[in-house]
Amino acid sequence: MSNQIDSSKRRFLTVATGAVGGVAVVGAAVPFVASWFPSERAKAAGAPVEFDVGKMEPGEKVTIEWRGKPVWMVKRTDEMMASLGKLEAAKVLADASSEGSVQPDYCKNMHRSIKDHANILVAVGVCTHLGCSPTYRPDLAPADLGADWLGGFFCPCHGSKFDLAGRVYSSVPAPKNLDIPPHKYLSETKLLIGDDK
Amino acid sequence: MKMISKFLLALAMVPLLAVANEDVKLDPAPVNTRDLASLQSGAKLFTNYCLSCHGAQAMRYNRLMDIGISEGQIKENLMFAGDKVGETMKVAMQAKDAKVWLGAAPPDLSVIARSRGADWLYTYMRSFYRDPSRPTGWNNTVFDKVGMPHVLWNLQGDQELKVTSHPAEGGKDAHGPATHAEKSLVLIKAGELTRIKEDGKAHTVEYDAKVADLVNFLVWMGEPAQNTRETVGYWVMLYLCFLLLPMVWLVKREYWKDVH
Amino acid sequence: MNKVQQIVDWVDARFPATQLWESQWGKYVAPKNFNFWYYFGSLAMLVLVIQIVTGIFLTMNYKPDANLAFYSVEYIMRDVTGGWLIRYMHSTGASMFFVVVYLHMFRGLIYGSYQKPRELLWIFGMLIFLCLMAEAFLGYLLPWGQMSFWGAQVIVNLFSSIPVIGPDLSVWIRGDFVVSDATLNRFFALHVIAVPLVLLLLVALHLIALHEVGSNNPDGIEIKKQPKDEKTGLPLDGIYSHPYYSIKDIFGVVVFLIVFSAVVFFAPEMKGYFLEYNNFIPADPLKTPPHIAPVWYFTPFYAILRAVPSLFGTQVWGVLAMGAAVMIIALLPWLDRSPVKSIRYRGTLYKSILAVFIVAFIGLGILGALPATPVRTTLSQIFSVIYFGFFLAMPWYTKMDKTKPVPSRVTG
Repeated sequence: MSNQIDSSKRRFLTVATGAVGGVAVVGAAVPFVASWFPSERAKAAGAPVEFDVGKMEPGEKVTIEWRGKPVWMVKRTDEMMASLGKLEAAKVLADASSEGSVQPDYCKNMHRSIKDHANILVAVGVCTHLGCSPTYRPDLAPADLGADWLGGFFCPCHGSKFDLAGRVYSSVPAPKNLDIPPHKYLSETKLLIGDDK
Repeated sequence: MKMISKFLLALAMVPLLAVANEDVKLDPAPVNTRDLASLQSGAKLFTNYCLSCHGAQAMRYNRLMDIGISEGQIKENLMFAGDKVGETMKVAMQAKDAKVWLGAAPPDLSVIARSRGADWLYTYMRSFYRDPSRPTGWNNTVFDKVGMPHVLWNLQGDQELKVTSHPAEGGKDAHGPATHAEKSLVLIKAGELTRIKEDGKAHTVEYDAKVADLVNFLVWMGEPAQNTRETVGYWVMLYLCFLLLPMVWLVKREYWKDVH
Repeated sequence: MNKVQQIVDWVDARFPATQLWESQWGKYVAPKNFNFWYYFGSLAMLVLVIQIVTGIFLTMNYKPDANLAFYSVEYIMRDVTGGWLIRYMHSTGASMFFVVVYLHMFRGLIYGSYQKPRELLWIFGMLIFLCLMAEAFLGYLLPWGQMSFWGAQVIVNLFSSIPVIGPDLSVWIRGDFVVSDATLNRFFALHVIAVPLVLLLLVALHLIALHEVGSNNPDGIEIKKQPKDEKTGLPLDGIYSHPYYSIKDIFGVVVFLIVFSAVVFFAPEMKGYFLEYNNFIPADPLKTPPHIAPVWYFTPFYAILRAVPSLFGTQVWGVLAMGAAVMIIALLPWLDRSPVKSIRYRGTLYKSILAVFIVAFIGLGILGALPATPVRTTLSQIFSVIYFGFFLAMPWYTKMDKTKPVPSRVTG
């Protein structure tokens, strides 16, 4: 039995080997953690969706499915576009400039849409409060929503209100504007939802 | 004790067993799943010739991007109109119709290279011959009475089976036939990728290479992760053998100084 | 007193954590002369953990449905990120489990680790081996390939050879008249829940029994009977498991991982021995593959099954022989009458008989993987007789064997 135990050498070796072994543990965990991300099948199902907005009527709302969520497209009329500015001036919106909301940079404007197709709203139709899907209420001043209603979306679950750009009213439960998904135009009327590159 | 260890070692080295083999000699397929040009050529052949009857329901079209084919190329050249690029390669022919037309539903080819093996496929695709007694007019030396016709016949041309009898060695045998039949395939009509040379022999290098590409693709498709698997494997082995093992050995030696 | 110690004390006052750690490993005194053969216990534990972890992740994407199972495995292999690695770890782990366990059992055999007072330890080990075989058999059905299907068909049909109740019993096991969706579903449930639970319990019992009686060693000397060292209070040839065997076992683990990784990354099919070629064809109840062989770890017992001819119009004898071939190993503690434990102190007689037994066992393993021919069947019969002879004649030849005197201190 050797009497000289170099305990600092021993500790160094143990700690160094422990660190190198830790790399092995992390490395071994990679495939397991990675296996929880969407599979190729899920990705294929969640692939970008094409839609032709050319056939839409003014004021019409169309819902399509993208990644299992409803995505709305609304072809807004000139009056509808004008309502956005009026609401902003009336200061009834919680996040009029979309500072705290989710949208691509190219949609961070008053109408929350791509400049060249400003009248087309593309939004995820899921209320930012608890995930209900709001209803489309383009009618002006209906009895249940009051005389000031200029058209927008109303969530039946908890009464959140959004304007025709998906911007949330103040003093309703929903904290943020409706999400705008990444999208782009492949041609004058062909819209691709889910990809903007 | 030593004796037993040595004995066990010797036993372990005996190549255990050859899996039950067919009577047909198989040609070794030149498989290289890192040869992207070959894989791409094979993919083209596969989608153009095989996919009309066979499916590959585990294989997604967009996975072809792994072997360097762009999404645009996949959409334009390799897919049926109407399929999405993320879809799997489903068969165009209905299984019921296939059973009527060919006698059996053509098998799915997703993992065919893993069950049949590359050499079998390589030999099979080069061993069709004209046989008027078969409903399709084709037979195969590797797969007798096969239901599948020779889909690459315009590339390979027509082969015929030639049987020559030789007297069996050692004369008459009570248990076996007196003659030993030797089967060989002879090219009788050249196809697009073959020609018959002046001395009557077949020149098939181009066709063989084309089939090799196809088989290469089938092998890759059997396990699209295989190239990644090997690459990751080299790093793991390097790490284990040259970093972790020596370090653990040093720690072990250090602690066991107390014991010895 | 530092923070860690405070937490430990807090727990210890409520749960015997330190006591458990020390009795089961930390202060467990083991002989200092463990050799190569003593790595396989901890390695079996490692493979068990690998199988459980990879198995859990496989169930997240596997579908136990006859229509979906085959392609759900391909889905794991292709579409799930990292899925191929998890699956190969599990399929390689299955075979490596048997490699490790066979070597572990062989260690027990040559060093007499089953002898008094380790009979119960040996029995627990044998039960683990039985569970492992059940687990492997059940799990092999799940990929739903041709070998899965026909392997299960053949083995379940063995039960129908039992007189009177046999036919009904095999139908009951399958839940159908052939291996079918119902069979797949129940095998899945047994493979992922029932058998692993029993296995874990048995492993715990095996370890508790081991740490109660203490480890044997290549010399077969009971270190507990040795005088104590004055300074340490440990038996003269005893050392603490921790840190000495902790680090030595970790070294063994790394060597094992090198072998394991080599298979997983470079030869996951292992030439058709770990993943059979025919299992890449979806199960087809109408078409039997030309040659059905069980996976390599079952072949010795399968060869014994095939070696026994049917007598009095029933094939039950082969089934009984196969069962007996496994069970008889559990009787070793009572068959061995030798005064010594380790092969190091046994005579030429025992060593020669053991060598013949090893040849017979490996021979059976090879024959069980090959299609039967008359010559091979005769060979299998000879090997089967040797196999059983080794056990049944043991009380006599171990007594006659000229043993050497066992020293009081361990060697080497």
